[in-house]
Amino acid sequence: MAERSFAREVEQLRVPAGSEFRGEGILAVTKALLEAGVGYVTGYQGSPISHLMDVLADAQPILQELGVYFEPAASEAAAAAALAASVNYPVRGAVTWKSTVGTNVASDALANLASGGVTGGALVIVGEDYGEGSSIMQERSHAFAMKSQMWLLDPRPQLPAIVKAVHDGFALSEASRTPVMLELRIRSCHLHGRFITRENRRPDFTLKDALEHPRRDLSRIVLPPASFAHEREKLEQRWPAAQRFILEHQLNELLPGELEHLGVVMLGGLYNNTLRALELLDLADMFGASRVPLYVLNVAYPLVEAEVLRFCQGKRAVLVVEEGQPDYHEQHLHAILRRAGLATAVHGKDLLPKGGDYTVDALRRGLEGFLRQHHPAAFAPAVSLPMPRPAAKPAVPEPAPSATPAAAAPPLPPRPPGLCVGCPERPIFSSLKLVERELGPHHVAADIGCHLFSIMPPFNLGATTMGYGLGASSASAFNAGAMLGARRRAIAFMGDGGFWHNGLSSGIANAVFNKHDNVFVIVDNHYTSATGGQDIPSSRAANAQRSTQHPIERAVRGVGVEWVRTITRTYDVKAMQGALREALSSREPGPKVVIAQSECMLNRQRREKPQRRAALQAGARQVQERFGVDAAVCSGDHACMRVSGCPSLTLAPSGDALKPDPVAHVDEHCVACGHCGEVADAAVLCPSFYKVHKVANAGRWERWRHALSRRVLGALQRAQWRRRAARALYPLEAQP
Amino acid sequence: MKPQRLHLAILALGGQGGGVLVDWIVALAERAGWTAQATSVAGVAQRTGATIYYLELVEPTPGREPVLALMPVPGEVDVLIAAELMEAGRAVERGLVTPTRTTLIASSHRTYAVQEKLAPGNGIADSAAVLAHVQRQARRSVIADMQTLAQQQGSVISASLFGALAGSGALPFALQDYEAVVQASGVGVQPSLAALRAAATLAREMGASAAPVQPPAHETVETAPRPLPAQAAAPALQPLLQRVRAEFPAPAWNWLGEGLARVVDWQDLDYGHDYLDRVAALARRDDGAQGHALSVEAARWIAVAMSYDDVIRVAELKSRGERSARLRREIGARADEPLGSEEFFHPRLEEALATLPRRLADWLDGSPRLRAWLAPRLDRGRRIRSQGLAGHLQLRLVAGLRRWRRGSRRHAQEGALLRRWLDEVDQALDAGDGALAIELLRCRRLVKGYSDTHERGNGRFMLLLRAAAQLRGRDGGAAALARLRDAALRDAEGQALSAELAAQGLG
Repeated sequence: MAERSFAREVEQLRVPAGSEFRGEGILAVTKALLEAGVGYVTGYQGSPISHLMDVLADAQPILQELGVYFEPAASEAAAAAALAASVNYPVRGAVTWKSTVGTNVASDALANLASGGVTGGALVIVGEDYGEGSSIMQERSHAFAMKSQMWLLDPRPQLPAIVKAVHDGFALSEASRTPVMLELRIRSCHLHGRFITRENRRPDFTLKDALEHPRRDLSRIVLPPASFAHEREKLEQRWPAAQRFILEHQLNELLPGELEHLGVVMLGGLYNNTLRALELLDLADMFGASRVPLYVLNVAYPLVEAEVLRFCQGKRAVLVVEEGQPDYHEQHLHAILRRAGLATAVHGKDLLPKGGDYTVDALRRGLEGFLRQHHPAAFAPAVSLPMPRPAAKPAVPEPAPSATPAAAAPPLPPRPPGLCVGCPERPIFSSLKLVERELGPHHVAADIGCHLFSIMPPFNLGATTMGYGLGASSASAFNAGAMLGARRRAIAFMGDGGFWHNGLSSGIANAVFNKHDNVFVIVDNHYTSATGGQDIPSSRAANAQRSTQHPIERAVRGVGVEWVRTITRTYDVKAMQGALREALSSREPGPKVVIAQSECMLNRQRREKPQRRAALQAGARQVQERFGVDAAVCSGDHACMRVSGCPSLTLAPSGDALKPDPVAHVDEHCVACGHCGEVADAAVLCPSFYKVHKVANAGRWERWRHALSRRVLGALQRAQWRRRAARALYPLEAQP
Repeated sequence: MKPQRLHLAILALGGQGGGVLVDWIVALAERAGWTAQATSVAGVAQRTGATIYYLELVEPTPGREPVLALMPVPGEVDVLIAAELMEAGRAVERGLVTPTRTTLIASSHRTYAVQEKLAPGNGIADSAAVLAHVQRQARRSVIADMQTLAQQQGSVISASLFGALAGSGALPFALQDYEAVVQASGVGVQPSLAALRAAATLAREMGASAAPVQPPAHETVETAPRPLPAQAAAPALQPLLQRVRAEFPAPAWNWLGEGLARVVDWQDLDYGHDYLDRVAALARRDDGAQGHALSVEAARWIAVAMSYDDVIRVAELKSRGERSARLRREIGARADEPLGSEEFFHPRLEEALATLPRRLADWLDGSPRLRAWLAPRLDRGRRIRSQGLAGHLQLRLVAGLRRWRRGSRRHAQEGALLRRWLDEVDQALDAGDGALAIELLRCRRLVKGYSDTHERGNGRFMLLLRAAAQLRGRDGGAAALARLRDAALRDAEGQALSAELAAQGLG
């Protein structure tokens, strides 16, 4: 079960044709898939398309009504391979994942798929995780489309355009027998907007038909000589077919403008911000009317030479707007224009940033440079225009005004993302830090997942991250330690998500086969937490659609690991320390696997809070806990925070004039995981931590017993209070 | 005429419900027939990091679809909502707040960043400076502790921020429209409405008065000393109080009051006299420089040194009745609800020996076999249930050791350290370096805490004493020592201190 539920939102998927749909881009894509009569959908979660997977999971009933099959794949490769169903059968399939990382994983299957080609429409929806807010290396998916000759749609970031792209994508795929990629940028995925719906469609040809009337076609299988035929087919048939389709259905937009000697060529996904930049330069209005002609490439690949030439014909210069590197479009435009002998100047990365997000501000400066060079008049004092001019605003200083206030600004503490309140992974890293105090620092290979936050303060653990589920394999070379007589072992971390994604084979089985001596820590928090808490084979939840509760320990023993320690409560810092210490010092040969288990606190709270509330209302006995720090005892050294970093373990004034430094304080977000106390104990820090609990709906006997001991305690404390009052300078806090 | 288009950016932390606020604003605009586009860049920021949400609202444009941008543009933001003070500062840093245009709605409360928490001293960023800065940058600003305001109404910050937006009048919608949106949302409606209305009223008042906002009281980290009472609460302390007024310069009185209260509560009346004697010895040599800083700092830090943290003190603090009451408040337990608590103690052999009489401790320490036998029995975590009778008696037993504290090994050690420190101060004064003496007194701030923490602090304190000896008489010596002290409080690893020592050619 995912972190966020779309149970309410998915009801919108049933709205009748012609009604207005309001919601997130992700939800719109799902609706479009149903309207397009998709036969099956799969994929792998990851920002920014995690919600697409969650929506589909929550939409199971609706999907079943329409006979649409959905499964969360084990990896992007598995999802891509599923598109094989559209090779021989006219059934539409869609897959989705985070790109470029997911596309990297999927590219083997995609390349094979693209070689043989498809019969039914195959749509690959990639969440382009590029620019601000991205969590991965900065690359573009474009290259994958080019190298495998798949087509890449990059629609305008508006719901109607995105929905249209889904419909066009299937049609284009079928017309050219080629899988089509649909690229959605981070902001488009989280975009709230509206569009007019069509009727949901059951697939014309179902997987049932396929199973009952199996087909095979040797010429579709990637093996010589077919593979050579595929290449010719791509060049001579599919590519031209795609370009014809793009022209006939006008997937790209040529928008006129009075400054005909100029033009801006942009990717569809960058249209809105580019238009805003033009508007800020008084060259466009809010509704898309632009003084500069625009060429909007809703199809990023392939380009259609004829169309490019038609747009550039007779222009002095064009500006190409594409993010990142390489500047494929700029280069391609040069090639097309020169081949045709057109002299039109092509600008792009010379005026726009070489890399990074194309913010409206960056675009504004690029466009301004372009126009100053080729149409200085645009910046002459106001002339009558065919559109109402907005009131004059202060000219934009360069660089962006953001720099000016920042200059005078007081320093701000950075706020990188970190582990949540009560996160069960925190004690794992606290333990490792404590163990390193005894055994010295070690090489730590990190993976992808929440636990990657260990690389940041206060833990500062982890040297590399090589990809999802590759934490274990990224420590392989250090197995040489055994051969070279090194006195320390490498430690490799991996989450349960990465483990099932590929880590079991690429990491653990590999370590067994190659007799690794390294230590492997598998963080088993019951979900793929970093992507939003989706289920995996080792999830504990009973999931109606999936088979869960397959222990990781059985899996690793199954591939031949002998040395396994499973810690069933990561918060037990002593046990955690013990397991790590033992793993690092054990003389036993072979990989040492430590499985650290505790449920992701974010999901646990979501699961338990309603239950607790219900139980409380029902009058059931409830123990409520929270942690605290005695301000008077805390020394204000913050050693506890340097081994914890829990967000709810924070600072507060000491309230004592003789203690100038702020003291530790546990705020109201505390979920009583107990880590701060455990670690204060294990690290022998200080006695200021305490756990307080109250019992709601206690039975009569318990209440009576408590009242009694409280009376005795009260008497003792009052006596103590009087003795202290007898040597008090200031009046003491009143005795209750 | 060009249709009205409003640009709103929201900076919130993961888990603050920024998404809810966005949904509310969208609903607010859409029910008025406006076009609303919202987007965000969550990325990995949903895990405690900062997230930016961006909205554009356009008045009804029948038959024409506006093209809206997906990110805030510096200089083009009408309303900036920040759910935390430093995030407001960040918004300004990013140029999203413009003096000619932007209405800034921010919560002045702090959620400390990890970096601020790690310093062994005070690493908290300067709230007042950031507050003043962001106010200068905004056209209008509605800044208050929206967090507390929401909590007082049993609601969450998104509700109070939504209310502040309503009250600011930055959007052309009426309060009823805002209320209708919250009502329609269907969850926790009543508390949310209360928070919304309270914040709206507050925002309207702020709009009326141009007075700059003060940082919330709890943001001033250091606590001022209480004024010296005319009469001691306990008659027994009256003579001591009279000594303070008679023997010491007025600027030091409040500090002497704090110090006296601490040491007498920590030990007894005689100990209070010892304290005053020690401070007096220095006060006599106070030439009144820097507003009698010598007396003030002596009053402060000698009290701290004389009331060192030990198990006896901890046990006493944790057994108090006021504390039981505080625990009850913290967990929100009604009088009839059973309450319990676990105290995390981990006394090591060292701490145990420290409480014993010096000779006995030394003898035990002398025998490795005894140590070996004792260590595993003592050196382990203990959980004491302080709110139960047994636990309470355990604590009182330890607290009772106070009577023999003066004879304990720890007391001897601390006494020696105290004398060593005050000698150093005297020598500075003999050398006519009063400024250095003052800084030396302040260095006691380094020694705090228990076990390793205490040892680390002590070690650095010693380093500084040695450095002070070298700096004595040097011009700029006092300033140099102050720099060393700040460096020592900057990081736990002591890199800053070593660097500073090296830079000054000391150590």
